[in-house]
Amino acid sequence: MADPASLALRAGELAGDAGTLARNLEALSQQLAVAAQQAAHAGTPFVYQLTVFVLAVFVGYYVVWRVTPALHSPLMSVTNAVSSVIIVGAMIAAGPADISFAKLMGFVAVTLAAVNIFGGFIVTQRMLQMFHRKK
Amino acid sequence: MSENLSAFLYLVASICFIMALRGLSSPDTARGGNIYGIAGMVIAVLTTLFIPQVISPWLIFLGILIGGAIGSYIAWQIQMTALPQLVAAFHSLVGLAAVCVASAAFVAPEAYGIGLRGALSGTSLAEMALGLTIGAITFTGSVVAFAKLQGLVPGRPLVFPFQHPLNAALGLLMIALIILLVLTESTAVFALLVLLSLAFGFLLIVPIGGADMPVVISMLNSYSGWAACGIGFTLSNSLLIITGALVGSSGAILSYIMCRGMNRSIFNVILGGFGTAGGAAPTGPGGADRLVKSGSAEDAAFIMKNASSVIIVPGYGMAVAQAQHALREMADVLKKHGVKVSYAIHPVAGRMPGHMNVLLAEAAVSYDEVFELDEINRDFASTDVAFVIGANDVTNPAAKTDPTSPIYGMPILDVERAKTVLFVKRSMASGYAGVDNELFYRDNTMMLFGDAKKMCEDIFKALE
Repeated sequence: MADPASLALRAGELAGDAGTLARNLEALSQQLAVAAQQAAHAGTPFVYQLTVFVLAVFVGYYVVWRVTPALHSPLMSVTNAVSSVIIVGAMIAAGPADISFAKLMGFVAVTLAAVNIFGGFIVTQRMLQMFHRKK
Repeated sequence: MSENLSAFLYLVASICFIMALRGLSSPDTARGGNIYGIAGMVIAVLTTLFIPQVISPWLIFLGILIGGAIGSYIAWQIQMTALPQLVAAFHSLVGLAAVCVASAAFVAPEAYGIGLRGALSGTSLAEMALGLTIGAITFTGSVVAFAKLQGLVPGRPLVFPFQHPLNAALGLLMIALIILLVLTESTAVFALLVLLSLAFGFLLIVPIGGADMPVVISMLNSYSGWAACGIGFTLSNSLLIITGALVGSSGAILSYIMCRGMNRSIFNVILGGFGTAGGAAPTGPGGADRLVKSGSAEDAAFIMKNASSVIIVPGYGMAVAQAQHALREMADVLKKHGVKVSYAIHPVAGRMPGHMNVLLAEAAVSYDEVFELDEINRDFASTDVAFVIGANDVTNPAAKTDPTSPIYGMPILDVERAKTVLFVKRSMASGYAGVDNELFYRDNTMMLFGDAKKMCEDIFKALE
């Protein structure tokens, strides 16, 4: 076992390390803030969207690999339901006050997406309700 | 509602969708996950209702009412065996909705704040074209997949001469049109692009069929996600981009898993025509004149009753015969007789990923009795009876031993290691891959000819 003196010494070193780390982090955050400010000026909307897209693909990749194979069918129906979030775009098209071709397109798209949203979530729920373990 | 607030709420909705997928890592958390998904969708729709561009919401309410009623009705009515075609049909709707939104954005871009008609930026037009093209391909591709699964058209792959050159030419033409659209913003080019994309989706899926359906459905699942993503880019909406990317990568991973389950590359599947050209003639010495041992339901009941463990291998045939309930009743009696029953599921069993698991769950089979290929394959060697019901190719030892077989290299369930193999089958016809299964002729195999459901009921009666 270590004696109290060396233990105290180690604790001291550790505290020192933590202090260094904190200073480094602070410097890093300052750099990031400056960089972010520059990005806000320099970046086009497309680059920003691409960033969001690539990060989301990575999140999707890691989350989906964790899905148990037994639930691949519900995965498919729930992704189908959530991809109907395209309804957001459809609602904007259907939103203006005057009737136009765009508004009609929006109405059709809202209806189609709504079929999917309700259908997709209900069928997923029905499937998941059936998965039981024996008591 | 301010732009910052709506962007924040869209972020919350995105997180909800991620949590919905996260929940599916285990059956215990999955139902909670679905609630997250619903919550995310409600947040997204309510937020959009209150943004300034939505002035008159009445058509939106009407659309949601009509669509919601139809969707709910279908979802409550549908039989679990018809799940693959339902999902295919739903995918087609996402595709069509994407086409509609892209068209709306093309004729009235000012509503989305992306520019003025006739003066759209190249980036906007390119993004629009991408969402439109993928959406249209998803739409017709899914309609074909639906028709095949529903039995409206023959499920087998349809091949025709000059298929690949035609598709390639069409693909190049579409790229040329997209470039032209970006340069000219012409309505005629836009309309032509829609038509060509629709045709392309049709031609893409027509040559793929049968047991490749799980890959097709996963692929279309992925496309529907990328379509949503394309629309998200067009409208500069990060919720759509994030959700589309999640769905797109999910479908891509499922396609990969399905391809791996068949030991084939995704290109091989997309090129299509599997099971019609190469392995059409049954291989193996002897063919039809080899002897098989066939038995009755009573024989099967006797063998299984005296076994100490039985592994059931379900396949698409079980789904077609709707035999899952009868099968579970049979298994219940076996368990009463002290037999250990478990289920082995091949990744590509059925017509969509996880199809068999849902059907067994529907028949109230506990999910801890159901195992994936990797988990259970070792157990066959120490098992008395392998009960194969409606599966064929996924048990064929030729995949391990015969390098000339079209299914060579495909991971299979090692049912041949069990002491006795019982095959429930309608006839001696070969499986989807067109390969003879030499297991049928082995001494320890007994064929049970007949309808899967009727056979299970007869065995059930014999066991009682």
